[in-house]
Amino acid sequence: MNDRPNRPTLAAAIRAVTGDAPVIEGRVKFEIAPLVENGNAVPVKIEVDSLMTAEAHVRRITMITEKNPQPDVAVFHLGPRAGRAQVSTRIRLATSQVVVALAELSDGSFAISRANVVVTIAACIEDLSRA
Amino acid sequence: MMLGRVVAVLVALLTSLGGAHAEIPAKDRRSGFDFMSPQTQAMQADDTSNPGMFAVLEGERLWRESQGDSGKSCASCHRDAEQSMRGVAARYPAYDEDTKRPIDLAGRINRCREKRQSATPLARESDALLALTTYVAHQSRGMPIEPASDPRLEPFRNRGRRWFERKLGQLQLSCASCHDDRPGARLGGSVIPQAHPTGYPIYRLEWQSLGSLQRRLRGCLVGVRAEPFEFGAPEYVEIELFLMSRAAGLKVETPAVRP
Amino acid sequence: MTRALVNVPKTAARGEIIEIRAMIQHPMETGYREGLNGERIPRHIIKRFVCKYAGEEIFSAELFPAIAANPFLAFTTIATESGTLTFEWTDDRGETQTASAEITVT
Repeated sequence: MNDRPNRPTLAAAIRAVTGDAPVIEGRVKFEIAPLVENGNAVPVKIEVDSLMTAEAHVRRITMITEKNPQPDVAVFHLGPRAGRAQVSTRIRLATSQVVVALAELSDGSFAISRANVVVTIAACIEDLSRA
Repeated sequence: MMLGRVVAVLVALLTSLGGAHAEIPAKDRRSGFDFMSPQTQAMQADDTSNPGMFAVLEGERLWRESQGDSGKSCASCHRDAEQSMRGVAARYPAYDEDTKRPIDLAGRINRCREKRQSATPLARESDALLALTTYVAHQSRGMPIEPASDPRLEPFRNRGRRWFERKLGQLQLSCASCHDDRPGARLGGSVIPQAHPTGYPIYRLEWQSLGSLQRRLRGCLVGVRAEPFEFGAPEYVEIELFLMSRAAGLKVETPAVRP
Repeated sequence: MTRALVNVPKTAARGEIIEIRAMIQHPMETGYREGLNGERIPRHIIKRFVCKYAGEEIFSAELFPAIAANPFLAFTTIATESGTLTFEWTDDRGETQTASAEITVT
């Protein structure tokens, strides 16, 4: 794993998304295994408690990592047509770290959830030099 | 000094006696699927989230494409794979009359290409060969593994068994050391499965791509610091022949997803 | 040819929340890996995904190298009318791949 001294801290990366807006804990359910099977493909599911009406809904969900070479994982754009604020995908995790889900609500505030994930190297690494 | 020698001989005797492993009884056989996390199981169970399905689609296209100088496609002779290939992977490796040896599915596909399509064989682990193998094996998905009963396969199956039980490499571990003796335990952070080839070719998360049983076996050989056999080596087919017997009764899952 | 697999229910009741799943075949080469000769393997990823329902955008995603190979997305939408759902993936070379599926809403 390469050293990335220029990578923003997790706190800085969160702030880059939220700015000065209020950030509250709760409302975001972040489903990710505490010990992943393989860091190359980690299934995640994010659900935000919201009725998704035109007046009050989730605008976007941003996923950020603490120790990957760069913080951004994905930004999902939702809206009232979603019916539910729910998205699933598979991500890569370079090492054990904190992963963050940030939901931006239509009133400009944010809801946050953090997950502590353990990532181990596979037991037998493939030797790619042997064709 | 003499005592040390006696102890060393005793230790060697005891460890070599441990070489004879009993087969896992049929009722205790569990696919690698059962050892995975629910999330990875879900990835395999949904054809829209299983990347192995891309190989099935590509294999289907190749099945219908004319190959080599013959101008024939697989479909020209075998018609609809869903009918003609159903159950095939569940009983492979099979006995090959030409070579008088067991042949695996990828080997059979290549022999068909050479003999009947006048086409050059596809390289082992090439996208095209993996796709065709996955497509054909996929037609047996859900069917129980039922090893071929041809008695001429018996000596080769026994060779495969001996490979499985032999301590190999600098680490002097046999397949049985982990997969018969310690399934369910962990090697590092990884859960050790029973090592049944129920879903090959598999989409392996570690590879981030689809690969054959031979690729997986090479990974284990390198893991114990043994010199791996070349792709296409007869030893792999003997091992696969034994492994499929050992897995008899388990359902084919191709294309499986594995960590 | 880059393949895509999508799953949309064939039918739904008006107002029902339906789940849509989509996966595209792509290595999502991060740009952080080194080849056998020590040279950096260049980045090549899908950057954007857009889903439209009867011409209107209902979901989109910006993807980064930390999205796993063969990117998979699952999201929801309200079944409003019978019509076509279109899916478009754009990579960092500007190339796009599309897929579509029909839904009947009663």
